[in-house]
This record gives sequence, C-alpha cells and structure tokens, in this order.
Amino acid sequence: MNPDYALLAQALLPEIALVVGALLVLGLDLAIFRRQEPAARYRLVMNFGAMAVTVALIFACSTGFSGPVFGDVLFFDTLALITRQGVLMLTLFTFGIACDARRLRHPAEYVAVILFAATGLILMAAAQQLLLAFLALELASISLYVLAGFDKSRPESAEAALKYFLIGGMAAAFLLFGFSLLYGLTGSLILPQIGMMLMPQGPSPLLLIALVMVLVAFGFKTAAAPFHLWAPDAYQGAPTPSAALIASASKLAGLVFFYRLLWPGLGMSAGDAARLPFTIGWVPVVALLSGASLLLGNIAALAQTNIRRLLAYSAIAHAGAMLLGVIAAGASGPAPLFYYAFTYAIAAIGAFGVIALVENAGRCENLADLAGLHRRSPLLAGCLLVFILSLAGIPPLAGFFGKFVIFAAALKLNGLGGPAGWLAVAAILLSAVALYYYLLILKQALVVRTDGPIRRITVPPAATATLLTAAGLLVLFGLFPSVLLGLFQ
Amino acid sequence: MSLLPLAIYVSFAGALLALAAGAHSAAAARWTALLGALAGWGLTLAAAGGFVPAAGLQTLTDVAWIPQLGIRYHLAADGISLTLVVLTGLAAVAGILFSWNIGERAGEFFALYLALIGGVYGVFLSADAFVLFVFYEIAIVPKYFLIANWGSTNREYGAMKLVLYSFGGSALVLAGLLWAYAAGGGQSFALDDLAATAAHFPRGQQVGMFALVFLGFAVLAGLFPFHTWAPTGHVAAPTAASMLLAGVVMKLGAYGCLRVAMPLFPIGLAYWQPVIAWLAIAGILYAGFVALVQEDFKFVIAYSSVSHMGFVLLGLAAANATAAAGAVLQMFSHGVIAGLLFAVVGRMVYERTHTRQLADLQVQPLFRLLPFAAVTFVLAGLASMGMPGFSGFPAELTILIGTWRVSPVWAIAAAGGVLVAAAFTLRVIQLSFFGTNPAGAAAAPEHPLPPLTLAEKSGAVLLLAATIIVGLRPDLLLDWITPALQSPLMQAVWKGGTP
Repeated sequence: MNPDYALLAQALLPEIALVVGALLVLGLDLAIFRRQEPAARYRLVMNFGAMAVTVALIFACSTGFSGPVFGDVLFFDTLALITRQGVLMLTLFTFGIACDARRLRHPAEYVAVILFAATGLILMAAAQQLLLAFLALELASISLYVLAGFDKSRPESAEAALKYFLIGGMAAAFLLFGFSLLYGLTGSLILPQIGMMLMPQGPSPLLLIALVMVLVAFGFKTAAAPFHLWAPDAYQGAPTPSAALIASASKLAGLVFFYRLLWPGLGMSAGDAARLPFTIGWVPVVALLSGASLLLGNIAALAQTNIRRLLAYSAIAHAGAMLLGVIAAGASGPAPLFYYAFTYAIAAIGAFGVIALVENAGRCENLADLAGLHRRSPLLAGCLLVFILSLAGIPPLAGFFGKFVIFAAALKLNGLGGPAGWLAVAAILLSAVALYYYLLILKQALVVRTDGPIRRITVPPAATATLLTAAGLLVLFGLFPSVLLGLFQ
Repeated sequence: MSLLPLAIYVSFAGALLALAAGAHSAAAARWTALLGALAGWGLTLAAAGGFVPAAGLQTLTDVAWIPQLGIRYHLAADGISLTLVVLTGLAAVAGILFSWNIGERAGEFFALYLALIGGVYGVFLSADAFVLFVFYEIAIVPKYFLIANWGSTNREYGAMKLVLYSFGGSALVLAGLLWAYAAGGGQSFALDDLAATAAHFPRGQQVGMFALVFLGFAVLAGLFPFHTWAPTGHVAAPTAASMLLAGVVMKLGAYGCLRVAMPLFPIGLAYWQPVIAWLAIAGILYAGFVALVQEDFKFVIAYSSVSHMGFVLLGLAAANATAAAGAVLQMFSHGVIAGLLFAVVGRMVYERTHTRQLADLQVQPLFRLLPFAAVTFVLAGLASMGMPGFSGFPAELTILIGTWRVSPVWAIAAAGGVLVAAAFTLRVIQLSFFGTNPAGAAAAPEHPLPPLTLAEKSGAVLLLAATIIVGLRPDLLLDWITPALQSPLMQAVWKGGTP
C-alpha cells in the first residue's frame, strides 16, 4: 500500500465536487435559500444540485485518469470511467425531471441526498477493494432508502422506503458475510488478489457459501427474481425522481460493481452454464436468477394496471437480460452489458420523467391516467413513444441493440448447446410478450381518445431539454451503437 | 440505380415533413406525403430504367456500421428487389390517393404511413441480414398505430393481434439468425457470408435454423395456420393501411423467406418442403372456402389475400426457379390487385354507404350509384380470379407449372384453389354491386352518394394499369426476376443444398 493523496484527490475530483456540492447546498439553504418563496427555493436548490453534478461531470470527462489509485483500493479502467460519466449523466437527468415542488418539503436535503447517492454509485463502479466497495454500496443504498421515503405526505412513500430498507439491509448483511468469508479464504480484500488466491483452491464448501451470500445481494441490487419483491412497491411509492434514480443509475452502478466482483474477482469459480452438465460455480445460479426474472417479470407485467408497477416488472424482466449479459461478459467483456444497462437506464429515467410531468399536472397512477396524452402534450407523448419502444427493443432505438449484443454474446458461448443459449432464445421470444404490455402504455398515450376539455400539460424548459436529450441519446446510440461499443476496444 | 437507397431516406424524411406539415393543416400533410411517395416511386422507376438484369445482388451502398459485431450497412438490389420496390412505390402512391379524406391527425397518419413505406423499401434493398431485420421491425410498429387510431371494426383488437403476430414472427427470425450468426463464429451478418458458414453446419442445425427463420417470416406472409392476424387486421385497418398490409407488408414475409431463409439453409428447405407445401395448399383452399361464406365485404377480400399468398408460399416451397419466378410475379400481382380490391371496398363503398354487410349492400343499386367503382371492382375481381390479360394469370400459371415439376398432386390441389377463387369472387361481385333484387333496386329511391373523387379515380387507374400491363407483358418483370434466381446462392437452393 502506497498512499498517494495527491493522486487520490486528482482521481476523485468528481466525487469531491459532489460532496462539496451536497454540503454547500445544505449550508446555503440554511443561510439564504430558506428565506425564499417555496417555489423559488425549490428552483434554486435544484439548479444548485444540477450545477454540482455538471461540475462533477466535467471533471469526470476531462480528467481521463486511468489505472490503480491509492494502492489497489480503486481501479479506474474504461468501464469505471464510462460508468462514472453515465451515472453522473443519469443523476443530471434526475434533477431535470424533478419538477414536482409540492411533495418535497425539504428540497435542500433531497438534493444533498441525491448527490450523496451519486457519490456512492460512482465509487461503487470503481472500487476494487471489498471494504471500500461495501462502504460505497452502503452510501448509495442508504441514500436511496432515504430518497424513497422522502414524500412524507403519502403513506405509500414510507412503505416503499421501509420495504426497500428492510430487504436492502438484509441483502447488505448477506454481502458483508460473504465478503468476510472471502477474506477468510484468501486473506485479501483486493479483487485481483482474491482471484489469484482462489485459483489453486477448488470449489470448497466455504467458497460456495460465500458465493451464495454474494449472489443474494446481487439479486437484490438488480431486482432479479426471486429477490425482486421490493421493486414494485418501491417504484410505486417513492417520489418519482427517487424511483427514476433507483431504476436507472443505481441499476447501472450495481451491475458494474457486481460484474467486477464476479468476473475479475471470482471468475475462477464461475463455473459454466453454456454446457450441460453444469460445472459448479456462480454462473449456473445467475442463469437461474436470469431465467426466473425473465419469466416472472414479463408475465407479471401483463397483469399490471398501475404504470409504475408495470415499469417495475418490466425492470425485473430487463434485469433477467442483464444477468444474461453478466454471464456472457466472461467471454465478451463488459461492453454488451454496459451498453444494455446504460441505454436501459436512459429509457427508464425518461419514462419516469414523463410520469413525473404528467403527475405534476394532475395524477399519473394508472395506465388510464395517460389517456389522451397526445392531445395534452404532444412532446411528452412523442418522448414516451421513444422511451417505451426502446424498452420494448424496437430498432433503430438503443434498446434493440442492447438486447441484440447481449443475446449474441450469450449465443456465442456455445450456441444452443446449453442453458445460456436457451435463455437467450427464451428472452427473444418473451420480448414478443413484452411488446404487449408496452403497447398498452402507448395505446393509452397515443390512441385512446378522451372526452371533455383538454387539460394541457406545461413542460418546464429544463424537463423538455432533459427528455429530448434522453430521447436523442436513445436514437443516437441506436443508429450508431459503435459510439458506445467502440469505447471498450 | 445507385440512387435507389434514396427512396428509403426520402420516405423517412417525408414522414418527418408530413408530421411537421400536419401541424399546419391536413391538406399540407397530404400533399407532402404524396410528394414524398411520388419521389420514392420516381426513384424506383428511374432505377428500373437503368437496370441491367444480372445474377446476384448489385451493391448500392456498403459501409461499416457496427464493426464490433461485423455488421455492415450493405444495401443491394437485384431483379427481385427491384420488382418489389417498384410495387412498393406504386402501392404507396395509390394508398395516399385513397386516404385523401383523412382529416383527423393527418400529419401523424401520413408520418406513420411513410415510415412504414421507408421500412419496406429498406427490407427489399438489404443485403445484410441484420440490416434487413432492422428495417423489418421498423415496418412493424407503425402498423399498430395506423390501425388502432384510424381503423374501423374492432380496431384495437385487430391492431394488437396483427402487431403481436408480426413481432412474434420477427422474434423467431431473430432467434434463428442469431443462432446461425453465433454458430458461424459471429464474424458477419452479410447474407452470402452467413450462407457460406451455414453450409458447414450439421444437418440438424440447418433444419432447426430454417424452421425458426422461415416460420418467423412466413407468419407475416399469412402461412396457414398462422394467418389469423391477417383477416382481422385487414378488416380493422383504414383503407390505405389495408392496401399496404395486403399489398406490400405480407410480401415482406414472403421476401424474407426467399431472400434469407431459403438461401441460408437450403438443406433445411429440402427437409421442410412437403410441410410448407401442404400448409400453403391448405391455406389456399381453406381461406378460399372461408371467403366464400363471409357476410362482411372486407372479410371476403381479406381471406382472398390469404388464399393468394398461399400461392406465393407454394411457389417458394416448390424450390425451383420457375415456381419461384412465379411467386415473385404473384407478389407483385397480388400487391396491385389486393390494393385495388381493398380500395374499392374500404374507400369507394364503405366510406359512402357506411356498411360492409353484403346483405345491406345487395339491396342498393350500387352499380348505378357508383358505376366507376363497379367497373373497377369487376376488373379487379377478374384479375384476382386469374383471368388471362391480368397479372394474376401469368403469375399463378407459372407457379403451377413450376410446382407440377416437383409434384403434380400439389399442383392439382392448388389449382382447385383457382376454382374456389373464381367462386368467391363472382359471388361477392354479384352480392355487392349487382344486388339479387334488381327490380326492387331500380325502384328504390337512389341515395345521392357522394361522387368518386379525382384522387380515388387516379389511384384506381394507376393500379388497374399496372395489373393489365403486367398481365399482357409479364416478360417485363420476368426478365428482371429470372436472372436473379440464377445467382450462386439461389442455385444452391434449387439443388437442395447439395454442391
């Protein structure tokens, strides 16, 4: 260990910007913003938060630092750097769609917690040492629990936070236990060293227990079945920007974190799910989680009438595809997984953004509340079309290529010779099922006619810019997938 | 020729412009769409003028698209694609002429319409299986909104059913293509590269891949018993969308079978040949008999479409150059005739009488109220029956000749379908325009139906001219199609995959 604080500070400039921003917004609110009108105060703190994220994003794009930092505690490779930029961009989008001032009585705290959550998420993506990884994960998770329960006026929000917290806390305990076993087995906390120490050891019972512990936490973080139960309630009850952050940035960072943990760290005990019979390891378990998520997510989504619960089950189905990407990532590298997770996150945050804006003008609980959206706001209806079609995987939008690269990677493992290939084919066929519930959303927004006067929705400029940027990115990454995929070469 | 890809871009650009123009007025959207469609059609005709028939695809555009996956944006054309893009342009223009009365949300209507057309052009011009698939899916989604928004009977059900069937089919295609791509090492999606690698696959794998890809495409071509989306979808759709659905979208499926499934997996075709042939014959006969007893004017036409597409599939299943040439000719012919029939039923008759029940229509003296529509429908009906002088005749005859060479039993069974077609067409002509009660009809007070508009008449004349020209000079198209079926890839198909 050779602590070099100057290097650390330089590499962590974006994180520092976020934390300073969070502290400043709390202080400034106490000193100045609090005396403003509620609406003005809300605008001020939101703009301030967005500025902090922008500064962090500029740092993240400009430093371009790569390599190990502070001993081997952090490792900035392409994946970490791009994920950092991606998470910051998604956080910025979250501020862009947070326009419902009525529900949040303490806007400065809300902004500060979002900034803390973002800090945890981007540290997660770069952490290479188990202790720091756990701390980053907890920083992000606890911030997200708070964000889920921030709307004190609705009991659903408290319910969402409680469920999310209880299940998340349990998952964190499992993860910590798994980490302690790994440390006991290898005597190291650094992922590559753990990988090397595990190489000569066979799949001992202790290691298998450690793997199961880690996978439970993984299942929770990605909302994979059967660890998904918190997701529908959290998505439904949480304030919309919080739900958007949970659905997008948290998922992206979580997947990158677990990819790092599972492949570079535990790749030696991966096992194999592309051939039968299984080689023992964590891959067959992830394959099981993936299959269960694909099936449960897609089927359960068919029965939903609440739009957020529908998005939650669709998220579970997408988690199934992403787990398939994790399985394939051993051979294909993280590019397909990152492409899928990032473009999914953009589409999800966009969809939540549209919900937030419709909600701002009335209510947006059930699918029927979207009825006649094309007359109330053609902009929102058009953006929703892009987001939902991308989620459904319709070309030329990015969601299609995400599915495509992941399924191609999974099939390249061993064709249809084993469960990985079967899962890919099942996922492709289930996407036809998924189109049905996605079209139900679009039917309400674009087809159903409403009687009576049109209640137009005014979209604030910041939200307009956010939604158009998100939709534009989905089209851009869809038409030119190599823009993202090429970064990993 | 090298300008042909512009037809795709012009259509997509026209879609955006029509959307923008729609914010101004419906008329502006209409004219924008018409200009866009005319420009696309003009480009295809210009390309046809300079076309030199040859075996194999002639590259139009070829640039790297996703180098990480070995995917190239490769557009190319041969006589088959050219025949079908000319048809697409024609159907697009005619469809817009027959939707001149769309007033509500006209901008969106024409934008979706042109986006669909752009996707169809793209499919017909792709030389890379991935590019083809992308355009194929682009053509699926607009159909949902076209039908659900502007359709009639049971439109939301019809739209959803149609889109889910199409998308389910395309999921099968994607699964089969990805399987072949991954099994071939994941180097390229170009059709000839895929075919070259697939030739080394074990027989069982080829048989499985062919089943996935062929079935996936054939769903959209109306293969029995996966055709049930077609009648409900066609009936629910607005006139222009029915014309496009029957006219060109069903051809996407048949084209995918011919361009992708068959050359990639010839051994698979040889294995499944009897199954496909009998399903095609079952479709011809079943849909024909069902059409014979329909009470709704539009359902008759919709089932007749399924029956005629059965001939296309039979022509493909026969797996020889003659039958395949007939199948391509039948795609063109049916595209024109079905468009015409749907135009008469949906636009000329239904929009004026507001009923499609044959029982209601037969008490009205329609032949006197709408003489132009009556003449058009009789001519289109004759063409649909396969009368000499119209395009249906050489097409179905070529298919039957080609099929006879493989199995006379198939040819005879399918020929029965021609008789059924004559029966249901004559029945519907009689019931719709020449009511069973002519005396009463003459005595009945004539409802002043709005006269046919210039747009309708010009659309009908365009389509009629096309079917008569091809009927009298089928060699115009066959001269393009036949060489294309002699390319090395297709030669392998006719030989059943044996070198």
